[in-house]
Amino acid sequence: MTSRQQYHDELEALHSRLLEMGSLVEKVVARSVESLAQLDVDAAQNVIDTDDTLDAMEMEIEQRCIRLIALQQPMAADLRLLATILKVVTDLERMADNAVNISEITLRIAGQQLVKPLVDIPKMAALAVQMVHDALAALVQRDEALARAVCERDDAVDDMYAALFEELVDMMKSDTDPIRVSQCANLMFTARFLERIADHATNIGERVVYLVSGERVKLG
Amino acid sequence: MESKQPVMSSRHISLWYDKTRALTDITMDIPEKQVTAIIGPSGCGKSTFLKTLNRMTDLNPAVKMGGFINFLDKPLQQYDVVELRRRVGMVFQKPNPFPKSIYDNITFGLRLQGVKKKSDLDAVVESSLRRAALWDEVKDRLKQSAMGLSGGQQQRLCIARALAVNPEVVLMDEPCSALDPVATAKIEDLILQLKQEYTIVIVTHNMQQAARISDGTAFFLSSQLVEYDTTVKMFENPGDQRTEDYITGRFG
Repeated sequence: MTSRQQYHDELEALHSRLLEMGSLVEKVVARSVESLAQLDVDAAQNVIDTDDTLDAMEMEIEQRCIRLIALQQPMAADLRLLATILKVVTDLERMADNAVNISEITLRIAGQQLVKPLVDIPKMAALAVQMVHDALAALVQRDEALARAVCERDDAVDDMYAALFEELVDMMKSDTDPIRVSQCANLMFTARFLERIADHATNIGERVVYLVSGERVKLG
Repeated sequence: MESKQPVMSSRHISLWYDKTRALTDITMDIPEKQVTAIIGPSGCGKSTFLKTLNRMTDLNPAVKMGGFINFLDKPLQQYDVVELRRRVGMVFQKPNPFPKSIYDNITFGLRLQGVKKKSDLDAVVESSLRRAALWDEVKDRLKQSAMGLSGGQQQRLCIARALAVNPEVVLMDEPCSALDPVATAKIEDLILQLKQEYTIVIVTHNMQQAARISDGTAFFLSSQLVEYDTTVKMFENPGDQRTEDYITGRFG
C-alpha cells in the first residue's frame, strides 16, 4: 500500500502522455523525410496538419507538470521525472516543427527535377530518425546506456551535415539556374533541420541520463 | 557528507527505553553554523536523538545508552549538565513561555546564573529579542505577560529565551508544527538568519521545511540513520531507496 496514490497515478499518466506525444513525433519526423524522398505531397501535408495536435499536447503536458509541482511538491526521482518531462516536451515540439519545415520544403520542390538523386539526405534522415526512436526507447526503459549511445551518434550526423553543406555550396557556385540554386538552398535547409532533430534527440538522451542518475551531462 | 568543522559528533549512539530500542548505532557529525535537519516518520528516533545532544535523555531513568557524543573537544558526559544545556539550547514543539512577563522570560536563565545588573539584563533582552525578530512587536510591552502573545510570537520568545544565555548550538524539536503558515515562515526566516551565528539542529515532520531551510538532512527510520547528506542531494537524488520512498510519499 503506497500513500499519495492520486499524485503518483497522475505522475504516471503524465509520463505515458509524454511517451504518446513522443511516438507521434517520431512518426511525423519519419513521415516528413519519406515525403521528401518520394516528393509525396499528401504525406507532407499530413505532417503539417498534425502539428496543431502536437502543439496542443505540448501545452497540456506543460500545464499538468506545473500543476503537479505547485500542488504536490515533488521530490527526488519524482522531481527529476517532472524536470525531464518539462524539458523533453520542448525538444519533442521543436522536432515536430523541424518535421513541418522539411514537409514545407517537400511542397516547395515537388514537381521539380531534382538537381541530384537524394542519397545523403535519406542516409542522414535514417540516422536522425533512429536517434529519435532510441532516445524515446531510452526514456521508456530508463536506459542510461542507450541514452548515452544515442548522444554518441550525434557526431556522425554533424559530419554528414558539414559534408552536405560543402557539396551543396559547390553546386550553387557552379550553377546559374535560379530554380536549381533555390532547390540546393532548400536541400541545405533540410540537412540543417535533420541536424537539429538529431540535436534534440541528443538532448533527450542527456535528460534520460539525468532522470536515471541525477547527473547533468552535456553529450554529443 | 562533506561538511564544515563539526561542532558535535555522535559515534555509535544506541539508546533503549527499558527494553525498547530507540536508536541504533547513530554516527553523524553536526557541522558548525549550518542548519542540520532530521526527518523521518513518527517513532523513528529523531526526537530522541535530538535530546541526546544536550543530555535531555538523562532525565529519564529508564534510558540506557551506548556510544558517545563529542561536543567540541570532549564527550558530553564530561560537561557539567547545566553548563552543557546553556551552550546547547533547546526549543520545543509547543511554545512553552513561563507564565511571567516577556522581560522575565528572557532574563530567567541569566538571573539563575547570578546576573543582576539591570543595564546588563536590559541589553540582553533587547539583543535576544532582536535576534529572534520579535523586538519590534513587543518592545512597548516587555512587562506584560508572555501568555498574551500569539503562538508564533510565543515561539519566537522561546527562541529569544534560548539565545539569551548565549548558546553555541540550538536544538529545535518541531518548532513550527503548532504554528500557522505565516508564523512558520517567520520562524524559517529566523532560522536562516540565526545560522550566521549559531549551529542549528532541527527535527521536523515537514519535509518541505527541511528542504527550504537546512544545509544537511539526516533521514532516520526504525531507530537507524538511513542516510545523511547535503539537503540538495537528499531531495534531488537520494542514495538510498528507503529515503526515496519516504520523501516521495511511497512509504508504508
